[in-house]
Amino acid sequence: MTSASLEKSPNVDDWLTVSSDNLITIRTGKVDIGQRISTSLAIIAAEELDIDYDRIHVERTQTGVAPDEGVTAGSNSMEQSATAIRAASATARHHMLLLAAKALEVDVNTLEVSDGLITSRDINRSITYSDLMEGKEFGIAVDTNAKIKVPSEQSVVGTKVVPKGLNEIVTGNFQYVHDMTMDGMMHARVVRPPHYHARLKSLDENKIKKLQLEGVKIIINGSFIAVAHEDEYRAIKARDRMAAAVTWNLADGLLVNDLYEALLSNPRVSHQLVDGVPDDEPIPKLGNPPDEATKTISARYEKPYIMHASVAPSAAFALAEASKIKIWCHSQGVYILRNSAAEALGMKPEDLVITHVPGPGCYGHNGADDVAFDAALVARALPEIPVLLKWTREDEHAWEPYGSAMVMELRGSLNRQGDVIEWSHDTYSDTHSMRPFPGPNGLGPGRLIGSRYMDPSVPPTPPQPTGGSHNGKFRNQDPLYTFPNRRIVKHLVKDLPLRCSSLRALGGYANIFALESFMDELSLEANMDAVDFRLMHLSDIRAKNVIEAAAEAFGWPGNNSKGVGCGLAFGQYKNIKTYAAVAIEVEVTDNAEIKLRRAVIAADAGHVIDPSGLIVQLEGGVIQAASWTLYEQVLYDRGGITSRDWDSYPILRFGNVPSIKTILMERPGKPFLGAGEATTGPTAAAIANAVYRATGLRLRRLPLTPEAVKLAALS
Amino acid sequence: MTTFTLLVNGTNHSFETDPATPLIFILRNQLNYTGPKLGCGLETCGACAVLVDGEAELSCTRAASEFEGKQIITIEGLSLNGNLSAVQQAFMDEGAAQCGYCTPGIIIAVTGLISKTSKPSDGEINEALEKHLCRCGSHANVIKAVKRLTAGGPNID
Ligand code: FES
Ligand code: FES
Repeated sequence: MTSASLEKSPNVDDWLTVSSDNLITIRTGKVDIGQRISTSLAIIAAEELDIDYDRIHVERTQTGVAPDEGVTAGSNSMEQSATAIRAASATARHHMLLLAAKALEVDVNTLEVSDGLITSRDINRSITYSDLMEGKEFGIAVDTNAKIKVPSEQSVVGTKVVPKGLNEIVTGNFQYVHDMTMDGMMHARVVRPPHYHARLKSLDENKIKKLQLEGVKIIINGSFIAVAHEDEYRAIKARDRMAAAVTWNLADGLLVNDLYEALLSNPRVSHQLVDGVPDDEPIPKLGNPPDEATKTISARYEKPYIMHASVAPSAAFALAEASKIKIWCHSQGVYILRNSAAEALGMKPEDLVITHVPGPGCYGHNGADDVAFDAALVARALPEIPVLLKWTREDEHAWEPYGSAMVMELRGSLNRQGDVIEWSHDTYSDTHSMRPFPGPNGLGPGRLIGSRYMDPSVPPTPPQPTGGSHNGKFRNQDPLYTFPNRRIVKHLVKDLPLRCSSLRALGGYANIFALESFMDELSLEANMDAVDFRLMHLSDIRAKNVIEAAAEAFGWPGNNSKGVGCGLAFGQYKNIKTYAAVAIEVEVTDNAEIKLRRAVIAADAGHVIDPSGLIVQLEGGVIQAASWTLYEQVLYDRGGITSRDWDSYPILRFGNVPSIKTILMERPGKPFLGAGEATTGPTAAAIANAVYRATGLRLRRLPLTPEAVKLAALS
Repeated sequence: MTTFTLLVNGTNHSFETDPATPLIFILRNQLNYTGPKLGCGLETCGACAVLVDGEAELSCTRAASEFEGKQIITIEGLSLNGNLSAVQQAFMDEGAAQCGYCTPGIIIAVTGLISKTSKPSDGEINEALEKHLCRCGSHANVIKAVKRLTAGGPNID
């Protein structure tokens, strides 16, 4: 099997190196963002190389060194990087066996490997990987046909290993970019305007002079303003004082029309989807229901802007030396960041060296790229001084690119037997893709927030409709169900108020929330059990299996009485990745609070490499999506974002975490499927469906707060 | 600038710093104990928790000088001899972390909790962890780790 990653980096040496003591270093363009990709990749390399898992070291991703594998996103890492590393490891093993046969003067077929020690069955001599390869290059291409192990030969894959980095995490020794130090370093903070459209009007020179006399460095580049000091606390205080020295031209402020109204009525670019892919045919009108329809219902679902809301504010370390700037940051795509940041700074890409250093979980495109660019601006103004720039909690909440608000309008018709005979789904949303991909006319730089404020400033990049399959706002919009007569239309809506980009699952979260809520609504119209109704409309056996497994383990239909209810929902991420069904029991209290009691996940992620890591991803997805669903929406007014801390933007806490049971389907030999995002959409719909069974209230606007429940009860 | 002394992980350290500097900056930037994390600086996320005389407390806003005469233990201090504490081991066994940024604070909170109550109820566990945010959704495994620790075996459900 080949992969795009191998086309760009075709040689074994691109992917792995053998050093002393049989230590193996593997390189990947995919970065570990807490999703345990390094653990999975190490398992795969250990398996194919027949070497102890602990001897595998996964190197940090650095531009110019690591394979360029684009962005770590979309649950693609396993397919792309793991496929490449598996083939590279198998090729390397085979190559080393040939070398060993020569060195030991034996037939290669007599050789066996155990933990990197190659022994011949015929003679009593052995040689190690290090003996053969230490300090040497393989000098061969990855053989995509190299023999890889079949499941019955595997001894590491599918077993429980200690995740890479976990020991360091629990002892406090794991190094995040926030923890980096260098001699002579300074701590920097940015002084942000009140909102996107404000620009620098005037400065109080006296206040600035005073700060400078106290050793504070002040960086002013157009409307980009930052402070730096050797002492972190003094840098923080200097930031506050500098903020008081700036007057902003506030211009018009943020647009505050009704968000959902705007989504439906603003100018837009529309495309219909066929098999999950947009085309350029005219948009089909939503006509009268088919003649055989006995029932037709429609519903509108709404999702607000939500945040990535990483627990650590974004940070980056930077150092400008001679003509180069080095940046250490937690970007998910160091190559695209490098190219766009270099363009914004008027530098050659090679003069910008970006190394990935772990940060907090990011769940998509959070502030990581932006802060790296901010740090570059500060470092360039302070040559030879290493700078650690941290965003504040407020910066992170108010300036990260959010997950887009969305409206989904659905209509479905049933025939007498309860079959869905017509299905329509319109999704209205801003872009979900503002990663700093380079492009003509400053499109890349325009996606970095700092570039809007520096001089000369770069205007924000206008969103463009995306193509491809199940991308952006139309991810999982086209259902896996066997409906005839589908009308699936996506609308890229313009002139919306907030800055957006990719957030875990992109449009898939809200589209599945809508379509799986609507499935329950239709099953009621059809007088059918919600699980049976889904099974009846599926032909994909793996999809059916996860739904049946979840229903069985959950004890479907569960307890539905007096404020308690159960819901189930399903999705196959992008219709090609992990299948997941989620069942949840909720209690709606007298105060209209939704309490999550228990959840069951059944997932089919293909051949499982790292079962514990997979479970953590699936369960983490349920917990995060439960938080989005119950609590989260970014609030703003004309003066700017008002969700500026954890009080104004609450997220789920320990007190409302359900007990979770996860069932993994056994699929030995099947391709591994990305799973990081698979449970998010089903979780939202399962909760809404459970609330309906607990209360009789169908909630279609997220989040499902007590106020929302009370409002629905009134109407 | 005044001089003050802090007892951190069993060793006394003297500082000549603005005594209003919050404890976390002294721990991280002067003593190089970077286990306590800065998550909000507003006492709203729990990432900066350390043990102060055995109780989990937040270190991101209160002045370092307030901690004079008290025994401060950071996450690093739980395994100074190279052996993991029982709480750390339970987190290892349950894989109770993803990105791990929230983990030191949570381990400190759990350590503080079980030093007082060896068999905490669900309510007590939630109360001890209520201040602690985890965005990766490691909660389920954290709770399993706590139960493993307090029930003396892996949690079976
Ligand atoms: S950093 Fe102290 S509570 Fe958040
Ligand atoms: S593990 Fe990432 S925030 Fe908790």
